[in-house]
Amino acid sequence: MMHRRHFLKLAGAAPLVMLAPSSALGAPGGNKVLVLVELKGGNDGLNTVVPFADPTYYKLRPQIAISKDKVLGLNDKIGLHPALENLREVFDSKQMALVQGVGYDSPNRSHFRSIEIWETASRSDEFLSDGWLSRAMEDHGDSSLVIDGVTVGESDAGPMRGGSRSLMVQNPEQLLRATRKLIRPTGASSKNSALDHVLTTQRELLRATEGLEKHLKRGKDPGVAFPKTRFGRQLEVAARLLVNDVPLMVVRVTLGSFDTHANQQNAHQRLLTELDTGLAALRQALVKHGRWSDTLIMTYSEFGRRAAQNGSRGTDHGTAAPHFMLGGGVKGGIYGAQPSLTDLAGGDLVYNVDFRELYREAAVNWLGLKVDELSGHRGLGII
Amino acid sequence: MARKLDLAMARHLLGRAGFTPSFAEIQGARKQRASDVVDELIAGKHTSAKLAAPSWTAEAPLLIKMRAQRKKASMMTEQEKKKAKRAIKQEAGGRAVELKAWWFEEMFSTSSPLTERMTLFWHNHFTSGLRKVKSPVLMYNQNAMLRRHALGSFRDLLAGVARDPAMILYLDNVSNRRKKPNENFARELLELFTLGEGHYTEADIKEAARAFTGWTLDRKTGEFRFARRQHDYGQKTFMGKKGELDGQDILDELLRNPQTSRFITAKLWRELVVEPAPARELERIARAFRESDYQISELVRQILTSRHFLDPALIGNKIKSPVELLVGTVRLFHVELKATLPVIAASRRLGQDILEPPNVKGWEGGERWITTDTLLARQQLITRLFRDPGNMPTFARGGFEAILGAKAGADKKKRAEMMRQVVLPLDPVFGVDDLTDEPFELARQLVLDPVYQLA
Repeated sequence: MMHRRHFLKLAGAAPLVMLAPSSALGAPGGNKVLVLVELKGGNDGLNTVVPFADPTYYKLRPQIAISKDKVLGLNDKIGLHPALENLREVFDSKQMALVQGVGYDSPNRSHFRSIEIWETASRSDEFLSDGWLSRAMEDHGDSSLVIDGVTVGESDAGPMRGGSRSLMVQNPEQLLRATRKLIRPTGASSKNSALDHVLTTQRELLRATEGLEKHLKRGKDPGVAFPKTRFGRQLEVAARLLVNDVPLMVVRVTLGSFDTHANQQNAHQRLLTELDTGLAALRQALVKHGRWSDTLIMTYSEFGRRAAQNGSRGTDHGTAAPHFMLGGGVKGGIYGAQPSLTDLAGGDLVYNVDFRELYREAAVNWLGLKVDELSGHRGLGII
Repeated sequence: MARKLDLAMARHLLGRAGFTPSFAEIQGARKQRASDVVDELIAGKHTSAKLAAPSWTAEAPLLIKMRAQRKKASMMTEQEKKKAKRAIKQEAGGRAVELKAWWFEEMFSTSSPLTERMTLFWHNHFTSGLRKVKSPVLMYNQNAMLRRHALGSFRDLLAGVARDPAMILYLDNVSNRRKKPNENFARELLELFTLGEGHYTEADIKEAARAFTGWTLDRKTGEFRFARRQHDYGQKTFMGKKGELDGQDILDELLRNPQTSRFITAKLWRELVVEPAPARELERIARAFRESDYQISELVRQILTSRHFLDPALIGNKIKSPVELLVGTVRLFHVELKATLPVIAASRRLGQDILEPPNVKGWEGGERWITTDTLLARQQLITRLFRDPGNMPTFARGGFEAILGAKAGADKKKRAEMMRQVVLPLDPVFGVDDLTDEPFELARQLVLDPVYQLA
């Protein structure tokens, strides 16, 4: 934290640095943006990416399995849920990586605790306060950004909780209205470090909203029809930020609830349709405005679900699950391995890709951030 | 420190010992010696809340009801079972909100803000959370226990915590059994509750965990129970002490270790003073704390009368926690809330959902309270509150006199200046010249100044 604050103070003392374009500074990510899609509640991996060639799958899920003829096959073993038609197209165009068996050691099955593990990139037995992206972005030193990240439509910053500069917005207009009355603090920094912190934060907030206003006022419309759902509206806000080139690193949206304990088929179908059509619209907007090549979309969720269905045609909290990374810079294909359906750990799938490998891809390989704590992870070769 | 307190210093002392003080409270402390004021605050402590707790707190915890439900469940259909489960969950959710509301209301109205400040401090030290404990009754009982000892004996407090059913659930001592010890409570007891990291070994944790085997709760009454058959009566070695140690022996040993007094002193110092204590001052106070046999009131007295704390340079060096901000605003401006729910939602939005600490380490606090996002949210909340004078009818009607009493006087400049000194710990960042003389508008300007975020 100190590092970045120092940088900003120095930058403030030398205004020329502030004015320099990011390319001149060799900004870590250039204009690259990460769009995080949180699948809240624990998405059922086995019915998202279906191992249709494995008879055990049908034995484990007699009532809720996706029948072979409906699966959108990716190869002779696995295929996507029939709701994911658009994502299959992206996969076919080699711009989507499907990572199988993502999880972590000693998995926790509590929603609250497991999402905290994902959000803070901690071990299962370790408690960290700040979000992993917040820690990753604290020292980036890129003064061209108006804000590090934006969470759309949520009241929790999730992986951006902590010291990074992030905002939570329903929509940009509401944010700009709210900040119109903020007063710009003047004067040099204070000896009182608490006051100094508040003032620095207030300046950052103003800079963020001024930046947003500059880019969004009379800004371009994405020009694409987004689904008229909560998720669709969130993605539309994300698209507006991106197609108007608001300088930022991360946009986070959320979709849920994937906590499908009972009669999951219809609910899951609806959620995956929302995911599929929403991301298709976002992609269309980004392609149209030339931002697709510098956008990476990544899904995550607190856990997958149990291998076997339960007694109510649903699934209970589980462990490993597949996730998607898509964008113009992605080397499409299948990564990781489908966890065995016979070698279960207490009824649960065993992960083979640590979730921090995805973080390594997103933060280090894609955004170009220097993140020491991810140095033990090599990534997957997706970027 | 025989010097008498001036207005700013009286405000500083009262604010740190409680919530933003009213003008009347400040007047009561002004021109007195700090030690006398602190003695008075301590003498006025409460050992129980003044507001009646929700009536269900006297009932058996819901988890016991849940058990009974399970027994009946064999005769129920799948649908009925689900319905019953959902009903209990809903009831627990409603109770959780009532419990938070009750505590907020106690904080709004208490005549001993020091008691609530310390109860909140211990809640953030001996953390437990509703999400894991699940039983609002047990969380209420814990809260009452923390308040009972908040300014009493740390020895009794520690003994109460180790036998507290909510804690036993929160840190899994309920599954700490002879044949299968669970180290969670023992680890946090050493790391977070008494010694701090680096002052014990992994072996100490293992042995302490064995000593606490069988410290569980009665599933019928929700009270502490020592399960003899689950307890490991074997020989143990804990920090050099050997014997058939049980949980109480571990607690005694921890209190014999001077590191515990240092750890607690340093933590409360950080809470009340913020700037780290000079090593010698810390050692002096920790010793006084030990020598009083761990009287928390003595620890508080030592810190609040320390010449380091009474340094004017420290005024306004603390960022208000969400609870301090909300409770202080309500108390200072006589805010009359139609419902407490929005305050609960606001504190959650700002990052401090009481009775739901983020994890066993509690809220990190300090500068972490203020990020671009929470600063904006803080100012939005204040703006919304001050948009409608109807939220604070006493102030809206009484103007300056509602805040400053009869002392408000007629001199416009003096009144405004007095108001500023009551509302803010330091000069406003946005300058004194622009401040209006219209009381409500002036208050609005002051609370939107960045300095209002400080205590």
